[in-house]
Amino acid sequence: MADKMHLKLTINGEHLETLCEPRELLIHVLRERFNITGPHIGCETSHCGACTVDLDGKSVKACTLFAAQAQGATITTVEGLASPEGMHVLQEMFREHHGLQCGYCTPGMITRAWRLLQENPDPTEEEVRFGMAGNLCRCTGYQNIVKAILAAAAIMNGRDATADDAVKTPEEVA
Amino acid sequence: MHAFEYHRPSNVRQAAALLQKNEDAKIVAGGHTLLPTMKQRLAAPSALVDLGALSELRGIEKKGRAVVIGAMATHSDVATSDVVAEAIPGLAKLAELIGDPAVRHRGTIGGSIANNDPAADYPAACLGLGATIITNKRKIPAEEFFTGMFDTALEEGEIITKVSFPIPAKAAYAKFRNPASRYALAGVFVSKRGSDIRVAVTGAGSDGVFRWGEAEEALAKRFAPKSLDGMSPPAKGMNTDIHADAEYRAHLVGVMARRAVAAATGR
Repeated sequence: MADKMHLKLTINGEHLETLCEPRELLIHVLRERFNITGPHIGCETSHCGACTVDLDGKSVKACTLFAAQAQGATITTVEGLASPEGMHVLQEMFREHHGLQCGYCTPGMITRAWRLLQENPDPTEEEVRFGMAGNLCRCTGYQNIVKAILAAAAIMNGRDATADDAVKTPEEVA
Repeated sequence: MHAFEYHRPSNVRQAAALLQKNEDAKIVAGGHTLLPTMKQRLAAPSALVDLGALSELRGIEKKGRAVVIGAMATHSDVATSDVVAEAIPGLAKLAELIGDPAVRHRGTIGGSIANNDPAADYPAACLGLGATIITNKRKIPAEEFFTGMFDTALEEGEIITKVSFPIPAKAAYAKFRNPASRYALAGVFVSKRGSDIRVAVTGAGSDGVFRWGEAEEALAKRFAPKSLDGMSPPAKGMNTDIHADAEYRAHLVGVMARRAVAAATGR
């Protein structure tokens, strides 16, 4: 067995340290060593995105990364999105628009959507679908997930999310 | 997964020394092929040399009449680079269509080229633009670099550091992708740089990326989609699997080639 290494990460604003083996995947270290169980293990083959976390400002699949590769990184998981004042607007909109059924994919969906809306603060429906392509949901058919993200974007851009014209269509952008 | 030693060198020379010391070591760049392979126990290296700390390998710059991309540049770096978008927009577009956003944030151009997956996109760009692959030891023209499915001219312990793409007058990539994996069932990169016309095909050939000479000759007469009307490469030599048989892939190559030329010429 290889020697354990001393891993230091900043996760959801907190400095955390642990010993781990080089072969441990980031998702396993998050869940089993730090007890951060928001990111889920779905396929463990880089396809489903249930394990999506934010690593130094980029969405990554925590199942396809050794924790060692993240040494020193700043990580945000779904646990880090809400504030003491309440849930993040994306979380509110996923609830409002039934953006989940079983909920298994939801932490990855929301964590990815959170980064997507920073990369592209006012996306069209098409851009949301392209930007969320790495996150799979087997229940919803995606309609309500896309709706929830667009509604969150509308609110974050100061529009009334319930208005008929709140959501941008690709035609409006072109 | 089997245990291994983990090294994170801070420069290329250290990385090369580590590879020399550990015969059985493997390089990990973005890890998006290596980790899945290790999970399946198809690879069990005794040591990993992680190039993740080598920021010197991440740059993208215009150098004379070429765009030089560091081996550790991620697909997302290439897709969003202003330098690439201005000089070779077809290459930026290719990078944008690899995998999904999370994959593009980790996967690297050097890793993709070194792996030479027969359905990967970058080998088509390298061959289709006449790129030079630069390693810590030498410069290798793309024609000599890709030597067959999952096989390259790289020697033991040799590390890709940069890829240099000559800037073409016109270029574009078109791929018919597997909707699940987003790998190319057939992908065609075309370019025109003076009298140098290139048509490189990935995803279809049973021995990896190749140049489609007949199409290049046809395009040399006139660089337009019409020049390729009714053409497709022979089905013999194309790959057959559960996704598509050889004949269908050959057909797709013709269609993708016409689409790529159309995109390159703005039609």
